[in-house]
Amino acid sequence: MKVRSTQPTRRHALITGVMSVAVLALTACGGGSSDSAATSSTSAAADLAEGGSTTLTMWVDAERAPALEEIAASFKEDTGIEVKLAVKDFAAVRDDFITQVPTGKGPDLIVGPHDWLGTFVQNGVVAPVELGDKAADFQESAVQAMTYDGSVYGVPYALENIALLRNTDLVPEAADTFDDVIANGEAAVASGDAVYPFLVGMDPKQGDPYHLYPLQTSMGVPVFGQNEDGSYNADELLLGEPGGVEFAKKLVEWGDTGSKIINSNITGDIAKEKFNAGESPYFLTGPWNVPDAQAAGLNIAVDKLPTVGDGEAQPFIGVNGFFISAQSANALAANEFAVNYLSTEAAQDAMYDVGGRPPALKASFDKAASDPIVAAFGEIGANGVPMPALPEMQAVWADWGATELALIKGSGDPEAAWTTMVGNIEAKIAGQ
Amino acid sequence: MPTLAPPGPAVSRPPRKTSLQSDSTLGLLAKIVLLGLVDAFAVYVMITLFLQEKWLILAVAAAVTVLINWIYLRRGGLPAKYLAPGIFFLVVFQVFVMLYSGYVAFTNYGDGHNSTKADAVNAIQLSAQQRVPDSPAYRVTILERDGVFHLLATEPDGTVSVGTTGEPLEQAEDAVTDGTGKATELEGYRTLQFGEVLANQADILAITVPFSDDPEDGSLKTGDGSSAYVYRPSLSYDEDTSTFTDLETGTTYSDTGEGSFRSDDGEQLSTGWKINVGFENFTKAFSDQNIRGPLLQVMVWTFTFAIVSVLSTFALGLFLANAFNLPDLRGKRIYRILMILPYAFPAFLAGLVWSGLLNPEFGFINNTFFGGADIPWLTDPVLAKVSVLVVNLWLGFPYMFLVCTGALQSLPEEVNEAARMDGASAWRTFTAIKLPLLLVSVAPLLIASFAFNFNNFNVIYMLTDGGPRFDNTTANIGHTDILITMVYEIAFGTGVGRDYGLASALSIIIFIIVAVISAISFRQTKALEDING
Repeated sequence: MKVRSTQPTRRHALITGVMSVAVLALTACGGGSSDSAATSSTSAAADLAEGGSTTLTMWVDAERAPALEEIAASFKEDTGIEVKLAVKDFAAVRDDFITQVPTGKGPDLIVGPHDWLGTFVQNGVVAPVELGDKAADFQESAVQAMTYDGSVYGVPYALENIALLRNTDLVPEAADTFDDVIANGEAAVASGDAVYPFLVGMDPKQGDPYHLYPLQTSMGVPVFGQNEDGSYNADELLLGEPGGVEFAKKLVEWGDTGSKIINSNITGDIAKEKFNAGESPYFLTGPWNVPDAQAAGLNIAVDKLPTVGDGEAQPFIGVNGFFISAQSANALAANEFAVNYLSTEAAQDAMYDVGGRPPALKASFDKAASDPIVAAFGEIGANGVPMPALPEMQAVWADWGATELALIKGSGDPEAAWTTMVGNIEAKIAGQ
Repeated sequence: MPTLAPPGPAVSRPPRKTSLQSDSTLGLLAKIVLLGLVDAFAVYVMITLFLQEKWLILAVAAAVTVLINWIYLRRGGLPAKYLAPGIFFLVVFQVFVMLYSGYVAFTNYGDGHNSTKADAVNAIQLSAQQRVPDSPAYRVTILERDGVFHLLATEPDGTVSVGTTGEPLEQAEDAVTDGTGKATELEGYRTLQFGEVLANQADILAITVPFSDDPEDGSLKTGDGSSAYVYRPSLSYDEDTSTFTDLETGTTYSDTGEGSFRSDDGEQLSTGWKINVGFENFTKAFSDQNIRGPLLQVMVWTFTFAIVSVLSTFALGLFLANAFNLPDLRGKRIYRILMILPYAFPAFLAGLVWSGLLNPEFGFINNTFFGGADIPWLTDPVLAKVSVLVVNLWLGFPYMFLVCTGALQSLPEEVNEAARMDGASAWRTFTAIKLPLLLVSVAPLLIASFAFNFNNFNVIYMLTDGGPRFDNTTANIGHTDILITMVYEIAFGTGVGRDYGLASALSIIIFIIVAVISAISFRQTKALEDING
């Protein structure tokens, strides 16, 4: 529509007026210092001497937010400290935290998985927390995961790891080794009950080294070496262990050009859909896919992770927890909330009830473990290793995934591909 | 409301002139209200800035506010009134961003170099506080005497002691304890309530009570005001020499001028800070083997991608615009709406959806159009490029369709008629008359579209993520990577963490390339106008 030139005066006044409002609004943002989090906290602290209240800001992502709303409300009731939950996009929240904390605009607390820790420490944005005697009340691997460079930086609240889901109608008995799993799966396909012998989701661009990790560790090929205290050593990349090439060969054997046990075209969504449709007896996945599988009417069992080599099949454990900003103006209140409140049995119970993630606190976990699925996942997790939180891990993921995917697609020589991958990762870690 | 100008066709220009001269009361009122709101908001912002002691920004904000008021309150100066908001947005969104990127390009800003040296020292000191192994956990009460906060600490065995910064712990035998055995009061001191503790949290967190006269024994600190532990730092900082010393091994970490503390044998403390590095990032852009190796291939593909995308979307858009411009076509509106749908689709989402559609085994394309053939659309180097171009065509043609429809409709019908009278065929009318006329108005948009596609991050990143990978580089760069996705991979995907400095430097280089090409093209467009003019 063309604008006819009518009544310049009024239009002019209006446009300029509206524009200048916007302009000024931008002055505020552009100036970059309408520092709501920090001001509210400092002024709140000043109020408090006169009986006001302290406000903590916590960044959460949409998935974890529901579990925390109730806790925040009851914390306010108990202590008078308000916890404001700012829901952020999960993909961006980590980097936002890193860039915002130094400007003073960051939150007091952030919720996230433990493997963010390395980058947080590298950037100096988190403060250590002292769990004191409470550390013993948590599962050991949870506290270990929250430990970096000898200090504990987070209060754990939930643990996650993968396991092997089995459709008991298709395969009634559990199997120990991956060969048996394949045999059972292929028998189910041969009998016409199933279409796919085994399912695991593959990202079409990055593969999925996370899900395949237990198979790899059972062949004696962890990513990094571990120090005596269980922390990872970035200088000791173990992907190049002799078993690595064997694993690479296995990937080709299982892949698209081989027995098609692992199909590079099956994404996480497709795998879930096929398993829930009863088209496969096995699905290598985490607890997050269990509710939908049960809702689809499947009878499922949670099996131990199958082994390929002689070693143990160790999954990565992801630990969710609370971190306190190194520049929080309310560090004491934040500690009170994270260390003293969120570590209580009642709080961990409540977070489990709403969030559904197995609690990190032993007492709460034991209660949750009355559900056999949770108990089974927990038992498998007890055998796992924390996902490395080292910043160096970022350099590992891309090459590791792309190489595994290429092998599954059957392109390239396994030995050369795996050796090149190890070389590339070493170069990236060194070229910091 | 004075109705000097009756609504109607644009014939009554003189009366409107009058209305311009005598400012209408309503207009004036609106002006006062809006400017008042603006100023009120400005004052609010300035108060906030004042409280935060951000003087420079405060001064700038004040100057901008005064300038805006001056522009809109004075008589005359109409051009400034129109231009002011636009220029303001330009400064905030373009100039500021460019200057900031320029600044970042000369720093080592990125993971591990995130803030100031003071912050880094603070973070290292925080992390260096390690609890003395097997030391007891104390329950504490915060006391106050003469404005100084003290810790009243109860050991698990019931021993009670008191102390504050600079005053080692000493036993306090006459302390009052509560039911659990925790000391809560001491004569001569006032016990702080929880609210007061919160109000003074910074001071309370800073209390460091020496455990004994020997600093080696560590000191008692509290994190939550109710429990305290004995800590001993593992590193000590010397401000004068700006070095950290490891108290166990004696290793010294000094500031080597590279934005981190480094020991003589090259070991560095994990947290560093931001420093200026001069042209280092730019040098790296031209010397890094990861960039140089695949650079030529990536450049060629970037240009191919941008040019083919512009031409293909323009060709399809123009064809459809022409086809749906027939005066006697029925249901034109519906067709046009359908045409524009892909335009309403966010590009990153489209990338994901298409990567599903192009799945070799389960994807809709292979299953429906190719009878279940296993065509590796996104993993074969050539097919991946074709797929990227096709998806970008799907995403981009509605824009060209819109632009061309608009331009076609604004062409005078007489030209068309004249051509027909002269007996020109439809094709000839199109190529000899319509297209040249069209290009005058559309050519600048084609250049803009080129610049956009040159940096079309979303489509590449979401569809193929640059894959399939090249074999000759250790970086995660592949056959469909364009310059901007390559920059992303290099700056954020190699080494350990993100390197905003390098990313900014590389973006500036790309900006220069795009700017040069655009400038040359715009000059060419001028020539186009001269021919037609």
